[in-house]
Amino acid sequence: MQNPLKWLPLLKAGFARHRVRLAFTIASIVVAFLLFGLLFAVRAALTSGVEIAGRDRLIATHKVSIIQGFPSSYLARIRQIGDVRDAASLSWFGGFYQNPRQQLAAFAVDENYFDLYPDIAIPRAQLEDWQSDRSAAIVGPAVLTRYGWKVGDTVPLQSYIWPRSDGRKEWPVRIAGVYAQPNGDPNSIYLHFKFMNEPRTIAKDEIGWVIVRVRDPGRAAAVAAEIDATFANSRDETKTSSEKAVAQSFANQVGDIGAILTFVVSAVFFAMLLVTANTMAQSVRERTAELAVLKTLGFRDGAVLALVLGESVAITVTGGLLGLLLAVGATRALAAALAQFLPAFSVPAAALWQGGAFMVALGVAAGLWPAVAAMRLEIVAALRRA
Amino acid sequence: MDAPLVRIRKLGKEYRRGDESVPVLQGLDLEIRRGDYVALMGPSGSGKSTLLNLIGGLDRPTSGSIEVDGRRIDAMSSNELAAWRARSVGFVFQMYNLLPVLTAEQNVELPLLLTDLSRDERLRRARAALTLVGLGERTKHRPRELSGGQEQRVGIARAIVTDPLLLLCDEPTGDLDRKAGDAVLDLFDALNREAGRTIVMVTHDPHAAERAKRLVHLEKGVLIGETT
Repeated sequence: MQNPLKWLPLLKAGFARHRVRLAFTIASIVVAFLLFGLLFAVRAALTSGVEIAGRDRLIATHKVSIIQGFPSSYLARIRQIGDVRDAASLSWFGGFYQNPRQQLAAFAVDENYFDLYPDIAIPRAQLEDWQSDRSAAIVGPAVLTRYGWKVGDTVPLQSYIWPRSDGRKEWPVRIAGVYAQPNGDPNSIYLHFKFMNEPRTIAKDEIGWVIVRVRDPGRAAAVAAEIDATFANSRDETKTSSEKAVAQSFANQVGDIGAILTFVVSAVFFAMLLVTANTMAQSVRERTAELAVLKTLGFRDGAVLALVLGESVAITVTGGLLGLLLAVGATRALAAALAQFLPAFSVPAAALWQGGAFMVALGVAAGLWPAVAAMRLEIVAALRRA
Repeated sequence: MDAPLVRIRKLGKEYRRGDESVPVLQGLDLEIRRGDYVALMGPSGSGKSTLLNLIGGLDRPTSGSIEVDGRRIDAMSSNELAAWRARSVGFVFQMYNLLPVLTAEQNVELPLLLTDLSRDERLRRARAALTLVGLGERTKHRPRELSGGQEQRVGIARAIVTDPLLLLCDEPTGDLDRKAGDAVLDLFDALNREAGRTIVMVTHDPHAAERAKRLVHLEKGVLIGETT
């Protein structure tokens, strides 16, 4: 087995010829992969709900729109359906803290809501405290950090959406606990549904969504159909889907992120393909004599092909790794600042693998034509030309 | 009597220029013995460089046969020919053809990259070859840091480092002044007389040619005479 490292001086020889041109080529590849990493991080942040969606959970929403509510009495009827293990309502509260620029992702839920999410961890004492006090809240760790709140603090939330019957603007809640959810959104606040429902003057006794946990994930589709059939032809028909489908449709409200990503990345990579191919073609053209000498010395056609392809791949991998490294660094640096809008803003591992594959593919595609030209070089003609 | 190292029979080579075929070598016969030092002379276009390229397996004949050390190289595949060149032939070019970004030592090491030798052994052999051509102190210099004569000696070190059967030189002093050219020719003398290397050299220069043991004259692709 030959040691592949022995070819390094030849690869370096290719690199050292035009350092400035090489630096510009690598810099453009760095920018392309930085963009690639950041776009993936944005997509991951926008679709994080899709990734953590449970197979055994369904979400029932109003058939017309996910922002339209339906009677809270639906919850009891859904719980009675066979194969439904548990169900809880979730309604949008929203609100802000101190000023409208500090928007909150607050939800009003039932006491059993967290039973449906075994992956959400809350210390038992804090959960029991929350369940026993309707003015209590469970808060995400990012919110706590952002506003400097502590467990036990009472904070005045405000809302323009939900006017109170007593005319007060504020909704004072006591922070009973903090939740932790791997890869989940750390920005949410969970209030009691009764806390929101009793004082509000509009949409009384209406709930937003019902989260349903089924006994058998294999029967999820049948249960969803049964729920919708239960409320068919009523004033407020439901549309029940898997949690993943709802999260995906929610993410799609921002746009078809996958298509946008594919379009932008394809355009950038195509430009990079041309830039790198041009660099390699120039490099091979300038080194016609050198390549002919290598063939004279006994380097086979395949070795010359591999050498040029190796150079091309080394360029794209160097630029790509630097770009992804910068993307990882940038997302880490920006994660805290963007946490409110883009929770879980980080380059996903899948993007790193995919990026690695793109680097190699880009290098091969860009280097293929110049490499084949180098391989086909006729020694005598090439030496005479040089 | 030993069989010749190189045996050429009825060698013909034509190039295509559009629809026209241009004969460069016609029915050429030649034998070169081990330890020989042959100078190929002739005017431009006489076919001497083409003959050298054919002996070195850089080009293929249109007709005839070339046998080197008992093997028909004209019948070899491209990869076989490459492997044969790596083992059997050392080339010295008029313009040296060193890789400018590699050091003298790395340039000489190049043919050894195709062997299974360890890095230490490759470097040891490259340094020994450079020492043999009088450049043992300049192993880390790059071509642009060397004179033309020194560059050519690096080229010679690269040609002999694999201990080839044949040393093929195309106008090796053509780009050098008289003094540097003489130093290179002295080196060929030593390689031929002391190390028994077989050398075939193409040259225009009668001064260079007179160092060889045999002078082969070509004209219009035909061998017209030989002097010893």
